[in-house]
Amino acid sequence: MAVVTAQMPDEAKHALLQTVLRLGDNALILGQELSKWVSRGPTVELDIALANQSLDLIGQARLLLDYAGRLEGKGRDEDALAFHRDAWDFRNVLLVELPRGDFAKTILRQFFYALWAEAFYGALRQRRDETLAAIAGKSVKEMAYHARHAGEWVVRLGDGTAESHRRLAEALAELWPYTHELFMSDQADAEMVAAGIIPDVEALRPAWEGAVSEVMDAAGLAIPEDTWRPAGGRNGVHSEHLGFILAEMQHLPRMYPEATW
Amino acid sequence: MQTERDWPLYEVFIRSRQGLSHVHAGSLHAADDRMAVENARDVYTRRGEGLSIWVVRSDRITASAPDDKGALFDPADSKVYRHPTFYDVPDDVECL
Repeated sequence: MAVVTAQMPDEAKHALLQTVLRLGDNALILGQELSKWVSRGPTVELDIALANQSLDLIGQARLLLDYAGRLEGKGRDEDALAFHRDAWDFRNVLLVELPRGDFAKTILRQFFYALWAEAFYGALRQRRDETLAAIAGKSVKEMAYHARHAGEWVVRLGDGTAESHRRLAEALAELWPYTHELFMSDQADAEMVAAGIIPDVEALRPAWEGAVSEVMDAAGLAIPEDTWRPAGGRNGVHSEHLGFILAEMQHLPRMYPEATW
Repeated sequence: MQTERDWPLYEVFIRSRQGLSHVHAGSLHAADDRMAVENARDVYTRRGEGLSIWVVRSDRITASAPDDKGALFDPADSKVYRHPTFYDVPDDVECL
């Protein structure tokens, strides 16, 4: 375990645990959602591309939840945290638990999230927690590729046929409000920022918005007016969708604990 | 038959970690050259196979005709002197 965390008071350790769970759960739930495209991709090449990205995210989730388990100190490993927590214990943003919808919606969500994660992990590499910095170093390259891949698809769909443009515009109207939660922070975040353990998300926002605008311009879409800013996932207040995701993801290990193959 | 909705076929060449040259890995469909590189990355380098990717549209490749096989390749069969087998290699020459 990193030097910094070993000397931490309990409160700080709890704040760090929240941070790690939030990152780990984002990766886990988005990875699970993406995996639902396997065998259903628009082309065999995209099928494999989405499966690769799903596996990248689940790999990140394993590292982060393993670390969360060690911080928690109750003997729970990454599998226990993934399969034996209930919806209110999950800390992912609402954006990643929305139904994957059609390819346009899946790709646009992937673009929004990957662009955010690339910036977050990029800054996290420089921070003081060695474990998080190491996980960020591996993950930032994966998320950079997801952002590039999804960003190109956003342009193709937006600038493609009338139907692809319509579908992407619908996805944008639905997803945009949910992007705000990526940039929200609370007291625990502020402590972690002050301690030099995580980057300040607000500082990452201008570059993220700039990159989004650039892609939206190329795609021929305008960023919607702000209406509402749904949030709550980071504090365990989820939409109905998470329950269905967990039911599918967790039912096997819960019916057959310790099952192996 | 190719319709307007189909993506063209590309041939993929990968240079591996040990390899000095790009080797044909297979083919895939993509809408444009850039997508072909990304699809090749996703389809053919998942297990760390490659350090470099080339793609080329299959219809840009000019191939020798199977019927020409005799004229093109058989004459080389009888030219044993083109193989470097007529030299005595001194024992202490390495890496040959």
